[in-house]
Amino acid sequence: MQLTKEEITHIAELSRLDLSPAEIEKYRSQLGSILDYVAMLDEVQTNGVPPTAQVSGLMDVFREDVVKPWNQEEVEAALSQSERENGNVKVKRVLQ
Amino acid sequence: MKEKMVMLKLSAFYSNYPMNLNELTIKKARILLDSGETSSLALTEACLAQIKALDGEINACLTVCSAEAREAAKEADKRLQEGEKGALLGIPYLCKDNFMTKGIRTTAASKILENYIAPYDATVVQKLKAAGAVMLGKTNLDEFAHGASTENSAFGPTKNLHDLTRVAGGSSGGSAAAVAADMCLFAIGSDTGGSVRQPASFCGVVGLKPSYGRVSRFGLLSMTSSTDVVGPITKTVADAALVLEVIAGQDELDATSAPEKIITALQKNIINAKAQSLAGLRIGLPREYFLPELNPEVRERIMAVAAKLKAAGAEIKEVSLPYTKYGIPVYYIITPSEISSNLARFDGIAWGLKDKTAKNLQELYKKSRGAGFGPEAKRRIMLGTYALSAGYYEAYYKKAQTVRTLIINDFNQAFKQVDLLLTPTAPHGAFKIGDKSNDPLAMYLEDIFVTGASLSGLPAISVPAGNVKVKDGSDMPLGAQLIAPRFQETTLLKVAEFLV
Repeated sequence: MQLTKEEITHIAELSRLDLSPAEIEKYRSQLGSILDYVAMLDEVQTNGVPPTAQVSGLMDVFREDVVKPWNQEEVEAALSQSERENGNVKVKRVLQ
Repeated sequence: MKEKMVMLKLSAFYSNYPMNLNELTIKKARILLDSGETSSLALTEACLAQIKALDGEINACLTVCSAEAREAAKEADKRLQEGEKGALLGIPYLCKDNFMTKGIRTTAASKILENYIAPYDATVVQKLKAAGAVMLGKTNLDEFAHGASTENSAFGPTKNLHDLTRVAGGSSGGSAAAVAADMCLFAIGSDTGGSVRQPASFCGVVGLKPSYGRVSRFGLLSMTSSTDVVGPITKTVADAALVLEVIAGQDELDATSAPEKIITALQKNIINAKAQSLAGLRIGLPREYFLPELNPEVRERIMAVAAKLKAAGAEIKEVSLPYTKYGIPVYYIITPSEISSNLARFDGIAWGLKDKTAKNLQELYKKSRGAGFGPEAKRRIMLGTYALSAGYYEAYYKKAQTVRTLIINDFNQAFKQVDLLLTPTAPHGAFKIGDKSNDPLAMYLEDIFVTGASLSGLPAISVPAGNVKVKDGSDMPLGAQLIAPRFQETTLLKVAEFLV
C-alpha cells in the first residue's frame, strides 16, 4: 500500500507536524510498508469478539469531584517555560 | 542473637571480598550498610566514580546529579545512624529519563524537552525518595521510549558494555547498560512493549515488568497508557523483588493502579528461602515462540533453562498461543494510536520547545512539534493519527482492539494448563548500532516475544540465560523470559530466583 503525497500531507496536518518535502517522501514509503504489514490482521475472524481498551481489571474508578490544592511552588515551576500574563498562560490568538 | 552472628559473619565475608562498592547487589550492600561497615555516601561516591570513568564511552546517563545525590546519601546515612531499617535505605540508583524528577532535568531523550525541569516527582520517584534510595541521575532511552535500541535518543545511542559497537537494547537501554556497567546498584525503567525486558536481555541483567497497574504510572511520561508499566532493572532477581516491594501499590493519582497487594512477603519468601524443589509447578513452552526459524542457539539456551526447571521437579509442557503472530501488528496499531493522543500535549505553549517565529497558533503547533520531535516519534504520531482518523478507525484501531482480546484469551487458556510460561526474551543477542535504524519495521519485529505480555497486562521477567553467538562479533548475552498470570509476581520471582 502506497500513500499518496496528499494523504501524507493531510495526516501531517492532522498531527500538527511541520514536515520537510524529504520527510514527506520518507514517511510516505515507511508508513506504506508498516500499513502493509499490519494488514495481516484482516485475515483474523473477529465477528462477535469484544474490543479490549484496557487491562487494569478495574471498572468505574470513582472519586469525589473536588478540586484539591496542589503545591503552588510546583504549579509555578510547571508553567515556568510558558509566556504568562496576570498569572495566566498566554496563547496566540485562536481566531484570526 | 543468632541472627546477629550470621550477619556479622556475612559482613566479614563481604568486606574481605575483593569487590568495589558499586559492584554490590542491593542485598549485599544492605548488609554492609546495616552493619555500619560502609556508608551510603561511600556507595554513592563509588557509583559516581564509575559513571565518570565509563559513561563517556557508554552514554547511559543523560543527567548526573552528583550534588543532589551526595546530599541524599548524607541524609540516608543520618537515618541509618538513627537505627532506621529499610530495604533501599542508602542504596544509589539511576532513573530512566521519562520519569518526572522534581527540580531535575527530565528530557524523555527528546529535543522538545531538552531544557525541561520537572516540577514534581513521579510517584515511583517519591516512593524511592521516602525509602531513602539515592538518585544518581537520569538514564538514556529511545525518545519518549519509542524503540528497541536507544538509537532513537536525541542525545546519541547507549552502547552495550559487552561490545561497544552494539546497542544496549531499548527503550530502557541506558538503565540496563548502567546496571550492567555497575554505575548504580539498580535502575528504574518503563516497559510498554518489552522496554525493560529486551535491554535486560541484551545487557545480561535482570529486568522485571510487573502486572499492569501494579506500580503507579503517575509522573511517568505517558506513551501507551494501556500498556505502560514501571519496572526495575537489577543485578539479581532478589534485588528486583526488593525494589518492586517499595514501588508497588495503589495510588490515587493513577486511577488504573491496582488495589491488589503483593500477598506473600517477598523479602521473607524469596530473599531468604531459595526454592529447593519445584515439584508441582507446571511450566509451559508456547509452541509459537519456538518456530523452526528460531536461532538454534537461542532455542538451546532456553531449553537448558527448561531442563534446569525440570531437574528441580517442575513439569514442562508444550502449550499453544495461536494468536502470537498478531502481537506485533496489534501492538503497532494500538501503541501509535495512544502515542498520537498522549503526545498532543506537546504544543509549544505551556512547556517544552517553542518556535519563536510562528505567526499564529496553528503555525506554533506545527513548527514547535516539527522541530522538537525526532523521526520515530513523528512516525508514530502520524501512524496513530491515521489509524484513528475518520474512515480508518474501524479498520485499524477497532480491529486491533478485538485481536488484542484474542491474544489475551490465548494467555487465559494457557494459564489453565500451566503456572508460568518460558520463552526467549529476544530472538538474538544485541545487534550492531546502525543495523536496523533505517528500517522501522525491522526494529518493530525486535519486540516479537515481548508484546504479548504487555498487551495482556501480565507480569514477566527476563533473566540472563547465557551467551549466544552474534554476526561479526563475540558472544552476547541472552535473556530467558518467564510470564505469569496477572498479579502472580511472587511465583514469577520465586522461579526466576531459582534459575540464577
